[in-house]
Formats: sequence, C-alpha cells, structure tokens
Amino acid sequence: MADPIDKQESATSHPKRRPRPSKPKGGESITAWLMIAPAALGLVVFMIVPFFMAFYFSFTDTRLMSPNPPEVVGLENYKQLLGIKAISMEPWIDAETGEYPRSRTILRSEEYKGERLQELTQVNLLGARYLVAAGDPIFWQGLLNNFKFVLMVVPLQTAFALLLAILINQDIVGANVYRALYFTPVVVPMVVVAVIWFFLYNPGVGTINTFVQAVTFGLVGPQDWLADPKLAFLCIMLVSIRQGVGFQMVIFLAGLQEIPQEIYEAASIDGCNRIQEFFYVTLPQLRNTTIFVVIATTILAFQLFTQVDIMTGGGPSNASMTTILHVVNEGRRQLRAGYASSITVVFFLIVLVISIIQRVIVREEKAVT
Amino acid sequence: MSALAASQTKTMHSREYRIRKAARATLNYVVMTLLALFFMFPILFMLISAIKTNEDQITGDVAGLQAFVPYPLEYQPYVEALDEQPVEMREAYTGLGIQNFRDVFRRTRFGQFMLNSIFISGTTVALGLLFNSMAAYALSRLKWRGQGLVLALIVALIIVPFEAVAVPLMLLTTKLPWIDGTIGWHNTYHVQIIPFIADAFSIFLFYQFFIGLPRDLDEAALVDGASRFRIYWSVIVPISKPVFATVAILKFLQYWGSYLWPLMVVQLPDARPLTVAMNEFFGQYPRLWGDTLAFASMITIPVLIVFMLFQKWFVQSVASSGVKG
Repeated sequence: MADPIDKQESATSHPKRRPRPSKPKGGESITAWLMIAPAALGLVVFMIVPFFMAFYFSFTDTRLMSPNPPEVVGLENYKQLLGIKAISMEPWIDAETGEYPRSRTILRSEEYKGERLQELTQVNLLGARYLVAAGDPIFWQGLLNNFKFVLMVVPLQTAFALLLAILINQDIVGANVYRALYFTPVVVPMVVVAVIWFFLYNPGVGTINTFVQAVTFGLVGPQDWLADPKLAFLCIMLVSIRQGVGFQMVIFLAGLQEIPQEIYEAASIDGCNRIQEFFYVTLPQLRNTTIFVVIATTILAFQLFTQVDIMTGGGPSNASMTTILHVVNEGRRQLRAGYASSITVVFFLIVLVISIIQRVIVREEKAVT
Repeated sequence: MSALAASQTKTMHSREYRIRKAARATLNYVVMTLLALFFMFPILFMLISAIKTNEDQITGDVAGLQAFVPYPLEYQPYVEALDEQPVEMREAYTGLGIQNFRDVFRRTRFGQFMLNSIFISGTTVALGLLFNSMAAYALSRLKWRGQGLVLALIVALIIVPFEAVAVPLMLLTTKLPWIDGTIGWHNTYHVQIIPFIADAFSIFLFYQFFIGLPRDLDEAALVDGASRFRIYWSVIVPISKPVFATVAILKFLQYWGSYLWPLMVVQLPDARPLTVAMNEFFGQYPRLWGDTLAFASMITIPVLIVFMLFQKWFVQSVASSGVKG
C-alpha cells in the first residue's frame, strides 16, 4: 500500500533521478522467481501438496505401510466420523424404576446393526431417556474437550496475561527482572513442562496435593489428579495456562506501550480514577491486541497435543482426549491414514472458520474508525 | 494559586501519603514475587531434584518445601576414609551430586540425542533464515508478474496449521527419494529439517520488515551496477538484523521443542531428537525421578542460558510476532 505513494513522492522530489537504469522487465522477473524458488518449492511440496492430499485421502481407505493399494470409499470416513444419532430408550417396565436395556443391546439390534454406532453418552430430556450414539465417540469427546479448553483457557489466560502486562508495565525498579521470570516458562519445551507436572501432580504424596491440602486446611484431601476423569483435563488446562501466559503477556505489554501517554493525562484531568482509566482508556485501546490474543489462543487450543500425550495419553477413559491426539492415534498408531485425514480436514475447517471470524472482526473495526 | 494550594495539602498529608505509598509499593512487590514463584517453582523443583542422588529422598521430599531445598542426607551411611573413595561413593554419602546426570548418559545415548537436536534445529533455522528472507526480498522489493498472487497465497498459508497436513506429509515422506538412492525419509535428519525450511510466517515477518526499508537503498546500489542478489546480500541483510533475530528465536524455540512430527516419523534412536528421547525415557519402568528430571534439566538448561543472555531479544521477538493481521 505504501509502495506507490512512496514512489510518487520520490518522483516529484527528485525529478532528475527518474530515468533509473531500467533493466528489461523480464530480467527482474527471472531474478525474482530464482530468489523465491527455494521457499516456494518447499511450501508447495510440504504444505500445499499434503494439504490437498489430506482432502483426497479422506475419501479413501489409505493405510500407512499397506501392501494393498488404497481404494476410494466415498464418504465412508466422514459417515463414521460425523455420524451421530439420538435414540430414544424405552424402559423395561416404566421410567420410575430406571431400568433401561443396555445400550449395547440397542446398538446391536437389527435396526441399528448396520450403522456400527457406539455409545457416546446418555441424556435425560423432558422425562425421556436418549441414548446418544456416534460412529466415533472418541472424536466427539476430543472435539468437546477442545471446545471446553477454549471456553476455560482463553478467557482465563487472556485476563491473566493482561494483568501480568499491567503489573510489569508499572514504572518500578526490577520490572525487567519480573518480566523475564514470568516469561521463562515459554522457553521451556512443553515436553519438559509436562514431565515435571506429571511428578508434581503425583497422587497421594505430591507437591500439588500438599499445597491444596494446606490452602484448604485439609478440606480437600489428596486427589489422584491425572487418573481422575473429572480432574485430568482441568490439570492439563492449568499446565497450559501457566506455560503460555507469558507469551500473551509480552504481546499485551507491547500493546500497552503503544497507548499514547496523552490519553491518560487527558483522562486524569477529566477526573478518572485508576479503575475508570482501565475500562475507558486501556481496554478500548487494546482492542486489536486482545482480538489477536484471543484468536491465537483459540487456534492453539485446537492444536493441543503434547502435554496431553505425555501426561495422560488422553485418558482416563478418553476424559482428556483431544482432536489432534485422536489424529495421531488413528493415523500413526493405528496406521489408518485415510481416516485420520478426514479428522484433519474437519480440524482445518474449524481453524479456517476461526480465522475468518478474526478477519471479519478486525475489518469491522477498521470500517468503524 | 491552585497548584500552590495543592502542594500545600500534599505536604500537610505528606506523612500519611508516604506511608500509604510505601504500603502500596510493598504489596505490589509481594504480589509480583508470589507470581514469580508460581512461574518458577516447577523449574526449581526440576533442577533441585535432579541433583538429589537418593531416589527415596526425592520421593519423600515432594510432599513439602524440602522439594525445593538441596540438603544433605540426615542419615549418612558409614564409609571408611570417605575422601579416598570414588566420587560416586561420596555423592551417595551426602545425597547430593551429579549422579543422576551420569546415569542418564549411562542408560541412554544422551550425547547423540543432544547432537541430533542441535543439528536439526540449527540447520532448519539457518536454512530457513536464508531462503525465507530471500523470498521476502523478491516479494517486497522487486516488481514482477504474479507477485500479488504469490503474496496472497503465502499469507493464506499462514493460517494452515502444521497439524492439518501432518498425516499426508507422513505418507508423502515414506515415498520420497533421497540423494543416496534410498526411498523413504523416515528415521533421518532430513525428514525433520527439509519440510520446515520454507515457512510462510517467517516470509511474512521478513516481508513486513523489508517493505518498511527506504527504496533509495536498492536504487543507489542498482546505479552502482550491483545485481539484485548482491543488493539483498550486502545491503538488505546487514541492516535487517532485528528481524533475523526475531525469526531465528521464534523458530528455534519451535524446533527445539518439536514433538509431534518426530514422534510420527522417527522410530529409531539414530536421528531421535531430545524431546522424543525424553518421552521414551520417561515411559521406561522402573521410572526413576532423579534420572528423568536430570534428563529434563539437560534439555532445558541450554535454552535457559541462551534466554538469560538474549532476554531482551526474546521478548522483542514475541512482541513483534503479535503485530499481524
């Protein structure tokens, strides 16, 4: 954008320099392509080609290391992946006794046998009970966890990062030291963080257990953190926030330092107190930074893998499963590359939607101002 | 007048004012220090446990604050003429030392894994800096047909996460030939390096920096008869150190901690990086805390040292990575 303006200016101010050594245009084109060739080749072979391969594989039964050539199976993978069905359950006697047939009996009955569904969950709705069955319950569990992660981690981490940035941004001695300390977890590889926290979450006698018992005065007894289906994923969320918040803090810090000091001066002349200043000056000025942080954290939430793989492996009983862990389990460990590709296609579409939302919000902002 | 009055009231209340200010400052530091502890305690736990040679001591200490204190064993076995004993014996006597680190080297091919990680991350970063900055130079400072389209494509590629292409890429790399005539890239260095050299986000960061440089630089050099590559190499690169540092740091952190991809394509130990080796070691039974945390420490310490030396650069890199969209 700034490009043509720049040129016009230089053309008007230095009219004599205009006849520059005009090389033939083709020559410049060739140079440009030569310079861009290595990177372009890399992007085509290792990003664009695999990207389209993923779409193609998702319609086949491709396997990793298989003697048989892959066959096109149409929408079969997507049927299994996305197939979900609510089946109303008839009680044996009546709803009062609460005795229902086993879900397996229903799913293996003549009516549903062909669909190869597995139980995902059972819900009670308006006095009736429904069996929710899916072609791939683990996928839904993983996806649900990713959304849970977004709902919990994104607001908490963003608010925490902003708080840290404001603390660091104060004009005090040693602010740089604190900034470095808060940022340190970001440079520690996630593999290491996951292993350390595996030990800290030690069941029975463990650092986290001792700490929790101490701050709750013994009300909360020792927990089996990573082996408890209710707690495992929460533990992973905590680890992720602590590891990632320093990154966002630094981005907020850059945003804070760009706010012109005059606005604060004007606000204090108008009689704003600290809290009003925060809500009427700081937050609106950080709007774009906040959008960036929220969207980036949301996309990262869907990429969640390393800490889960090391700390729980998705367990107990898939309570901490995630989409990407499921991709790796199916594609690498079960060798079902075709099926895994269909999961990555769905994953990509989710990320794409989030990115489009970001673009729309940011553009709206530009239209307003 | 009013300013004078204000300053008078200030001096009148100055004692109270100063006490309140001091209290606020103290509270501020207390909160900030507690937060610092929250961020640092797992790393301290790791480093301190790693130098405790007695496994029972480590597992006993995790229940309390002793986990963060390197202290000698209370019960000390009797050893005759301790000073003349080998160093292992002396360490066993006090319960402190580098025994765990020696064990890691004895039980695994740690040196090999460390070299693998350094070579893979170093090569990927170095080649990436060269090729991506060159591409960004062509995109930002040359005029050619198709330029706008290529730029748009690269910006679009930024949003494609690696996870979306990992599975097909894994299949693709089993079928690619290599210069020595073999087919299949798995269990090699290059399968961990080559796919990551070209990087859309790096190109974008370089592009943003180059587009802001004054145009006269190229024109003056062109008048002197320099080739475009020459201008890139001797004019643009030397004045673009900040963006090179930014990309190098961001990418190094990413490759050093890379786990998903090597997990998928490296099964044999020869080309295994530290992260996967760590996970492998961690999965072995009996699981020894001291050894595992010594392993983890040795992955972390190099990055921590580099971070402490170039702290300012790290923070600036991350800050500038946020300015996009």
